[in-house]
Parts: sequence; C-alpha cells; structure tokens
Amino acid sequence: MGLTLEINGETVVVDADVDMPLLWYLRDILKLTGTKYGCGAGLCGACTVHVDGRATRSCVIPVAAVEGKKITTIEGLSGAGDHPLQRSWQTLGVPQCGYCQPGQIMSAAALLASNPNPTDADIDGAMSGNICRCGTYPRIRAAIHRAAGEQAE
Amino acid sequence: MKIHRPTRREFLALTGITASGLMLSACLSDAKLAHGDGVRPNLFVAIDPDGKVTITAARSEMGQGVRSSLPQILADELDADWDQVLVTQAVGDREYGNQDTDGSRSIRNHYQRMREFGASARYLLQSAAARQWSVAVEECSSDLHKIVHRATGRELGYGELAVAAREVKLPRGFKPSLKSPDQFRYIGKPMPIVDGADITTGRAGFGIDVQLPGMLYAAVKRCPAIGGSVNSYNADAARAMKGVVDIVEIPGPVGAPGFHPLAGIAVVAANTWTALKAVEALQVNWNSGPHTTDDSEHYIKTLEAGARQPGLIARNQGDVDKGFNDAEQLVEAEYVVPYLAHATMEPPVATVRFRANACEVWAPTQNPQGARTELARLFSLDEDDVVINVTLLGGGFGRKSKPDFILEAAWVSRAVNAPVKLCWSRPDDIRHDYYHGVSAQYLKAGLGQDKMPLAWLHRSNFPSIGTTFEKGADNINNLSQGCVDMPFAISNVRVEGAKPEPVVRIGWLRSVCNIQHAFGINCFAHELALAAERDPAEYLLDLIGPDRMVDLGEDASYSNYGMPLSEFPIDTARLRKVTETVMAAADWGKTLPAGHALGIAAHRSFLSYAATIVEVSRGEGGKIKIERVSSAIDVGQVVNPDRVKSQMEGGTIFGLSLALYGEITTLNGRIQQSNFHDYPVLRMHQSPPLDIHLVDSDHPPTGVGEPPTPPVAPALCNAIFGATGQRIRRLPLAKHGLV
Repeated sequence: MGLTLEINGETVVVDADVDMPLLWYLRDILKLTGTKYGCGAGLCGACTVHVDGRATRSCVIPVAAVEGKKITTIEGLSGAGDHPLQRSWQTLGVPQCGYCQPGQIMSAAALLASNPNPTDADIDGAMSGNICRCGTYPRIRAAIHRAAGEQAE
Repeated sequence: MKIHRPTRREFLALTGITASGLMLSACLSDAKLAHGDGVRPNLFVAIDPDGKVTITAARSEMGQGVRSSLPQILADELDADWDQVLVTQAVGDREYGNQDTDGSRSIRNHYQRMREFGASARYLLQSAAARQWSVAVEECSSDLHKIVHRATGRELGYGELAVAAREVKLPRGFKPSLKSPDQFRYIGKPMPIVDGADITTGRAGFGIDVQLPGMLYAAVKRCPAIGGSVNSYNADAARAMKGVVDIVEIPGPVGAPGFHPLAGIAVVAANTWTALKAVEALQVNWNSGPHTTDDSEHYIKTLEAGARQPGLIARNQGDVDKGFNDAEQLVEAEYVVPYLAHATMEPPVATVRFRANACEVWAPTQNPQGARTELARLFSLDEDDVVINVTLLGGGFGRKSKPDFILEAAWVSRAVNAPVKLCWSRPDDIRHDYYHGVSAQYLKAGLGQDKMPLAWLHRSNFPSIGTTFEKGADNINNLSQGCVDMPFAISNVRVEGAKPEPVVRIGWLRSVCNIQHAFGINCFAHELALAAERDPAEYLLDLIGPDRMVDLGEDASYSNYGMPLSEFPIDTARLRKVTETVMAAADWGKTLPAGHALGIAAHRSFLSYAATIVEVSRGEGGKIKIERVSSAIDVGQVVNPDRVKSQMEGGTIFGLSLALYGEITTLNGRIQQSNFHDYPVLRMHQSPPLDIHLVDSDHPPTGVGEPPTPPVAPALCNAIFGATGQRIRRLPLAKHGLV
C-alpha cells in the first residue's frame, strides 16, 4: 500500500489493510506484543502508545492515520528498560498481573514529558483512561511521583 | 518466558510414583536426576554447575505474586542466593500436585511442601560436601549458596557441588530439618516479583502474546441469546474478505453448560483484525434458546419472593422460632447483589496446535490440569498427548479456571489443521462470562432485653455454581462461603439455602459467595446496632462475642474451604483482633467533619480474617465520595508482606468496583452490557487512599487473594448510611445515583 511508519525509531513499510488499527498492526504483523488489547474501543488504555509524543489509544486509530508520525511503543520507551518510570514501577512493586502496565507506563511517560512535576489532580487527569483491574492505582500514583522526583534531581 | 518442560519419563523418575498426587517421601528417597550437567534433587528445583538454581513454579501467576512467593519459600530453605535463582513455569501435570490456582490456597497448601523440597535439596548438597571432605554431614551447614565445614572453614559453592550431588542418596525415611523462623532469609521479607522487569518493558509473555510458526488467528460470533444455538448461517461475505482462511462452526453444550464451548461460528484469518471484521460480516440465524423471556429484574423478584419462604436448611442450632417469640424486638432486612462479570484485562484467549491425536496448548489458565482433562475428554485423547503450557495471566479472578475458551481454540485448530490463537473480544467476554450469581437474601433477628440477638435467621437465594455442571443443583455448598459460618455469639441460628433454576452460566469470582454473604451479614449487623441504639463497631465486637472457636452445631453443612475445623477453626479472637486493629487505624470514634461517616465490616473467608473501615463524605448533587479505606488482615504466617499488602490493595479496589458499579443485567434472554462503558470498574481518579495493616500472626499461612474483598461493600454501605441516612440494600451504588 506504500504507507511508511516510524516505529521506535525504525522505518517500516506497511503491507496490510490500512484500516487495521495500529494495535493489531503492532501485535500481529510486527510482533511487538508489549502493547495490549483490552477493549477495542479506547475505553481502557491497555493499548496506549505514543504518536508524536502524545499518549494515543492504538486500538481505535487506523495505521493510515499515523503515516509519517513517530510512534513509540513500550518496547521503544527506553534503551535498556531503564526509563525512570520503569525503574520506579519496579522499585515500588506496582505490577500485579502486569497486563495493563505497559499502557499505564506509556500514559505516565507522556504525562511526565509534558508535565515533569504533576500533582495528584494532574495524575488523575492523565491516568483515568487506563484501567487496572488488579487495582494498582495507589502504587501507580506513587511511582509517577517518585519518577518525577528522580527526574528533577 | 522460558519454560522448562520435564518429559513424562522424567516425571516418573523424579517422583517414583505413577498414581496421582505428589508424595514428598517418594521424591526424597529416589528423586534425583541428572539435569544437564547438574543435579535435580526433586521436581521443583535443579542446580547447575555454574551455580544457577532453577525453581519450578507450578501454580498460575495472575497478579497475586505466587510465581515469586512459592519459589521464595523453597529458596529460603535451600539457602539459595535469590540473585542466582531462575523461575520456570510448570506445564499442567498432576505430578506437581494440585495446580488449580483458585480458592486462595496456593500458600496455604504448598508452604510446608516448598520448605521441605528446599530443605531436602540443601541436605543433598550438604551430604555431597561432607563426602568430598570426608567429614560427617552434621559438621556441615549451608550459608547463602555454599556449604561450609564449620570446624575448618572450608567452603564449596552450590554450583561446585552440583555434579557430586548426583551421586548422593538421601537416607531412607529422611525428614528434612527446617529453619526456625528467626533463620528465615526470604520468608516474611518484601521481595520483588520475578517478572517485574519483563512486565515493565513489555517482554512479559501473556496468553495473548503467544506466537507460533504458521499460526492463524480466530474470532467467534457467539449466540447473543443465552443458551441459544446456530440454526443456519451464511459466511459468503466473510469468506470473500482478504485474509480469511476458513469458517468453523462450534456446537454448543447439550444439557448443563459445564466447560463446553458456547455455540458459535469461528472465523479463522491471517490476523486478529481480519478475523474480527469477518465475524461482523457473518449472517447467522440463531435458535434463540430457552430464555427469551428472561429479564433479570423479574428474576430478582422471584429470588426475593423465594427468600421470604422457608428453604433448605444448612445450619440449625437451638430454637430460632422460640428465640423470635421471646424477643423484645424483631428486625428484618433483604439484600440484593446482582450478577457480576470478571472482566480480566486480558480477555479469555488460547493458542492451540492440534495434530493428529495430540494437542499442545499455550494459555493463561488457572487450572492447567483441568484443561488437560477436559481436552482429553472432549476429543477422546490420551492425557499424555495433551500438553498445557501456562503463560502469565492478564488477570484471572476465577474466570480462567474455566477451560471453555481453551476447548474452543482446540476445536478450531483441529478443524483447520493449523495452530490457532483464538482471542475473545471485550464484548465477547462481558456477554458470555460465567457470572457471579445474582442473589437475594432475607435476614431476621430477634433482639432480647440486652438488645443482642436471641435468634438469627438467614436465607440466601441464588442460583448455585453447581447448576453450571448439574441441572437442579442446590446452593447449600455455596453457603459455606460466609453464610453457614456466621460467627456471631447467638444461641439460636438457622441458615437456609435454595435451588433456583439458573439462566446464565454461574461461576466463581474473586471471593465468590462471600461477596453477598459478607454484604448481607455486615449490613444487617449495622442495622441491628442502630435498632439497639449502639455504636456499630462496639456492637459488632459484642456480636463477635467472647474468644472461642465457633461451634456451628451438629447438623451444619459446612466445608471450611476443604480443611478440618480442628486445624483451621473459626477463631473469634482473630476476627476480633483484625476488627480492633482497623478500628485503631481509622481512629474509630474520632470527631469527623460534617457530612463524613465511617462504616465497618469484618469477615472470615478462605481461613483468613479481614476487617475494613470506609470513610465517606456527602458531596454535591447527592453523590458520595470515598475519602479513605482502612483495612486489617490476619493471614497467618506471611511469606511476602509486600504481596500481601498489594493483594489487600487490589482486593479492596475490586470490592469498591463491584460496590459502586458492578451489575450485569439480562433482558429478553440477552446480556445487556458489553464493555467498560456499561460495565465500569474503578479508575485512578476514583481510587481512594488506602491504609493497610497486616496483623502479626504465627498461625499457619492462609489465603490473601480473596479475603480482602468481602468486607468492602458492606463497610462502604454502612458508612453511606452514617453520612446520608440512606440504607443501601441493593448493589451497586450507581443504581441509586450515589456515584
């Protein structure tokens, strides 16, 4: 089809149904399975990636709509899995089952990129689109604050 | 995830037995096998010459931390360096013992065994070192991944002993000596989970992430009518779509649904998106089944009417009718809890490669042995030819104990003769779950002169889990979950069940029937306190009464979570302790701002004791705000306090979700909800601060996955009464405009 995407710094030529949501293109075609399916309707945030730095629900955005944009998935968030959020997530033992956490971390990373020192209200605003059925919210909140503090140092 | 899979031959060699059940003695006497260049002292641990220790986790990881905590126990007794431990996941095989990861029993049932497996492996290394040094084994001891000869200070690392240990035999009748608690290195310590790095980088392998060469992707259109089936269908449009490979009809169950797949038409395609799109293009003419006039509002009315009539007796102590006659005051109330769905973040999904008369499965299953048995039965296979690889589970909550979705994927893989990943969409998941059964409860108490109950009658009417497997099953067994075992000090008690016909498939969901029973009993206790004009918490403590092991009477039908009451009694001192702990934590009795109130509840489930206090405030427009939740739990010996705490957090938020929003309804025989917009769960901005307390306890370890949940909804509703004067007797709160 001739669509060209930039995913985690690499250029990819799309050879698929252009209506296919980015989520399934990442998962089924590129085998980047860190981005998760949760609802298919932009309701739960498990599929969150960055499109030009903005947290975006990849389950409802067709690949055609992200042509020419920079896409970052959890696999590309940091070189060695050492983004301050990835570290604080582990230090504070945030994950339970872990399924939603890539989406949570991507939402949080977009938040910190635009707001290095978010308040609780800012966190509520940025993170309320991401569901965690295990109920790790108190630790997610603490881990975002911790990573923000670390970045400030 | 790296999965080591011992062969069948290895299993037999390791255990020395072929019958079901894992016998430690057999493992210890003969259980030794070469493991690459190293040694495998027993089924659960192997040691390489480079010092790497591989521990097998045989229970399923769904967020409770069991893949870390069971190996943590073994590593402690082995005295292994945790940094040199690699955890691998067992396949489903009964040689591992019970692998059915539900009922909050992994630590309870495997704590002692894991210790013994670790300690016996340590003894083996100790013996190998003693032999090398020509000294008595008693002169040697372990010290973090090495064996030390105390008299001379000589040392040998575990890796250095791995080869020599292959030649050592444990003495006949060997019983390992275990550490005393003050020697624990990992037990009782807040260890990080083993999958933390993989989870935070997206590398963790969940069921939905399985990739096989040549794998196809399937989605299924299931009958929207409950219990319906396929009459005819036209798949021409679907077949014409690029990427669609095949169409497979799946027949539904005959009779009780059990674990059989539901009736549907599967589309097999080159990728998930194509399969999902093609499913929409299917034209199916359904037989709409036996429930076309069912509507859950009507069903609830029937349950309520049933609960007002005498039912099937499950506990009968003293003379309840005389107690009511002698009472100064009678109090009655009815409570309703709706159907609930699991809504695991990872929907049901399974990958199956079916070949000739064998199949291999990769699935997020809580019950790999159950899946194996059901597959063998459905397809007439030898169980030896069915391999179940267990992935990480993106949430379980009881949904993934049912192997229906695995059978479904196997059905499709067999039909297309290729590996198939079959993934449910979220609407599939919400509309076709094994629901927590809707319930109506009737409670009546007669208060004496001292305003304490002389008599207690509790009728609990709901379709039982048993109906999923057997037509006409009553719910008496399910009353063992927090109803028959009502622990209050009351002389005359009668508990009654029922056997309503089910409409939907009923399943177990985190804390199961304790959800409605803790709700009914704790809200009613609060109503009695108000009738008695007493402080609700003080009154609750008086209901719990003197420290004792509760006697349920001779005729009580009670299963105590499969454990003898002599070993795990209903201990009111422990219930009192968690109640008093949470009262102190929340500063019960303190002066609160106007419009604020506290509510309390306490409940024993899965042999653990939990109490919760919720603080709410009255907000604008009649809405309530949850200010804070305090909770205390006694789970006996704690293995990993950080994971116990995280389960308390998660179980509390799970309880808030069901209390605020949880409701599945039916209309004209169809489920009305489909996704997180109409089946909401708690989100970040609704999640209150939590204050968690673990009670020090030297009792044997018991469950933590489920016990935090039951007291949450009643504590919340009791607080709402305090703040607003509104008594909630039917969940969820959203129905009452409160959230």
